[in-house]
Amino acid sequence: MNAKVVMKRPDSLSKIDFTYCPGCHHGIVHRLIAEVIDELGIREKTVIVAPVGCSVFAYTFFEIDGTVASHGRAPAVATGMKRARPDRIIFTYQGDGDLAAIGTTEIVHAANRGENITVIFINNAVYGMTGGQMAPTTLIGQRTTTTIHGRDPKAAGYPIRICEMLSQLEGPTYIERVAVDTPQHVMKAKKAIKKAFENQINGLGFSLIEVLSTCPTNWGLPPVEAIKWLQENMMKFYPLGVYKDKTREEAKEGIV
Amino acid sequence: MTNKLIAAGFGGQGMMLLGQLIAYAGMLEGKHVTWLPSYGPEMRGGTANCTVIVSDKPIGSPVVATPTEVIAMNIPSMLKFSPALVENGKLFLNSSMIDREPPRTDLEIIKVPANEIADELGNLMVANIIMLGAYIKKTGILSQDSIKSALEHKLMRKKKELLELDIKAFERGTALL
Amino acid sequence: MAEKVLVKGNEALGEAAIRAGCRYYFGYPITPQSELTEYMSRRLPEVGGVFLQAESEVSVVNMLYGASCMGVRVMTSTSSPGFSLMQEGISYMAGAELPAVFINVVRGGPGLGDIQPAQGDYLQATKGGGHGDYRLIVLGPSTIQEAIELVMLAFDLADEYRTPVEVLADGMIGQMMEPVEFPEMRSLDTLPEKPWALTGAKGRKPNKITSFDLDPYKLEEMNLRYEATRKRIIANEQRWEEENIEGADILVAAYGTVGRIMKTVMEMARERGIKVGLFRPITLWPFPYKRLEELSKGVDTVFTVEMSGGQMLEDVKLAVKDNAKTPFYGRMGGVVPTPEEILDQIESLVKGSENR
Repeated sequence: MNAKVVMKRPDSLSKIDFTYCPGCHHGIVHRLIAEVIDELGIREKTVIVAPVGCSVFAYTFFEIDGTVASHGRAPAVATGMKRARPDRIIFTYQGDGDLAAIGTTEIVHAANRGENITVIFINNAVYGMTGGQMAPTTLIGQRTTTTIHGRDPKAAGYPIRICEMLSQLEGPTYIERVAVDTPQHVMKAKKAIKKAFENQINGLGFSLIEVLSTCPTNWGLPPVEAIKWLQENMMKFYPLGVYKDKTREEAKEGIV
Repeated sequence: MTNKLIAAGFGGQGMMLLGQLIAYAGMLEGKHVTWLPSYGPEMRGGTANCTVIVSDKPIGSPVVATPTEVIAMNIPSMLKFSPALVENGKLFLNSSMIDREPPRTDLEIIKVPANEIADELGNLMVANIIMLGAYIKKTGILSQDSIKSALEHKLMRKKKELLELDIKAFERGTALL
Repeated sequence: MAEKVLVKGNEALGEAAIRAGCRYYFGYPITPQSELTEYMSRRLPEVGGVFLQAESEVSVVNMLYGASCMGVRVMTSTSSPGFSLMQEGISYMAGAELPAVFINVVRGGPGLGDIQPAQGDYLQATKGGGHGDYRLIVLGPSTIQEAIELVMLAFDLADEYRTPVEVLADGMIGQMMEPVEFPEMRSLDTLPEKPWALTGAKGRKPNKITSFDLDPYKLEEMNLRYEATRKRIIANEQRWEEENIEGADILVAAYGTVGRIMKTVMEMARERGIKVGLFRPITLWPFPYKRLEELSKGVDTVFTVEMSGGQMLEDVKLAVKDNAKTPFYGRMGGVVPTPEEILDQIESLVKGSENR
């Protein structure tokens, strides 16, 4: 019998088991990235810069060269890499604490320079690795271990919308917010990630894909309910869509 | 033989360049030289000075507590640096801007009306080069040709007329003494 | 013999890096080293290199981390407050065993301090500086010519031992001019191979570079590897200069700019009938403890002079032990001591021990 392979582990994923909690979306996004790298045939020249946070091990989960940056500095590390070897494909993988709090300087200036890199930004509205503290992206009223009565903007400020903020800059080429809560959204997220890598291959400049993700453990919700919470709360404050696309004539046409 | 010069004036009076020209000419003659600037906010209009050492031997300290010569382009520079001069040291004064005597009597004072001559030459910017001419003539530490080579080197990418003016200014300075 | 050129120290440091095969420079302006940043911005494009002015020193050090991961020779320069900002990244680079050269044109501190020459960053430079168990190789030039040679050496040591190397200069070396000779431009083909670099997992297992392992036993193994490297460096790379040691009345320990000023002091002292010996460490880490210990057995006094409150003094005392007295003289805040004032100190020390 001739069996046809319809599903397999992407070559760009290593054999190491993920360390993520059940229901966490990191695993889905990792797979999408690996599929894209396979499809584009760039596994042998792609380098990952992992962050500090739950995805600190991401550099081991891909069957590609990789390193870990210090907290928030991945865009600066990626800049150094890309400037030294422009023919290599460099991407950072960063959480919201990493990118939107301690690393705001680095992401803003890498974007503003239009660095020809790809940034995958995971937004789950909480610090995961350290145990569920408030993130810059934590919603108003959302309970975390450092906002036990819910985030109060008077004391803790407002959630920060990275795609909207960065799209104000001249430098970036492509900025889109996606989610992986439904099969349709997963397909769309993969398309966006693929485009973000293609832009780099074509020398078009800075691309950032924000992925809204769940954190069932630190949200205190079962995985399915976590998806529901994401859809009902996060998506309202963080609308999906294309925020900037210099490769298209109508840059903002795709906003949902 | 070691000459230790401190050249001082307002920022913009060309003392840094004067010092660099001496250092460059010294190097051309195979001497050991160092040029040490004052740096910082005083560069923006305050007092600027540099220390230049020209020696037959390798130079240890580029910092000089007791210069053998001082060039002062204005009164504050004279008041600040003339007390440090060695006994019987040479004090070059820009007499166009300094209308008083230094607070010491042992010094050999060389008065150079640098601004007035520069005015005659039609460009106040060359007052420093006139002073340089007087300094080289008086001390004899370097040949006038070496200084002219240094001028050519410094002005290499600039206009030829400027070089001619500088050479003329330098010669006016040497002719004073 | 190469032609002599009159150059400013900051520019000489930059040119030396280029001649050592450095084509990548990331920097941020700060006095008194800004001429070096400016020089690299002009000069690197001429040799096909890359200059990038970053948004902060924090970003600079991480750009160095990234570029070094790719296997190229990379450098930055800064001054004291900027070097403090880089400490986090330097610790990561030490842990990830990434070569790079850092030039610190030291100025007066602490805090914002001033912009004049100082040696107050010695302890930060030689004892680690950031978190964790590591040391940088630290080279202390005393003239511009020596600074050129040490920058070239710094790149070789960084690659050989896979470690960040610091050239500890100061505002005087950065700002002054003197005639120097540059060595030939190094051909990039002669630079060492770096099979560990993140150049893409083509025909090999993926390379991973990290300072990270959550398993304490594995992290200890990594630390033992760093330690083994340090031991090799200590065994092979100690450098110093000694002058006028035979029959010296007093031995002076000084480095960098003060080491240079001491040359004048020695000459002036000779005229006054005092024989001053000089021990000038060139590698501040690894500090040449053993040689100084040997020398200290032949003198009454090892006198340390610094532009700090007494930082290298701690290493001098570790070396000298009880073999000799270890008095200290220092100026702080960016004040450069004159030869005259150092000589006065020496005279009273020598007279003091004669009267004893």
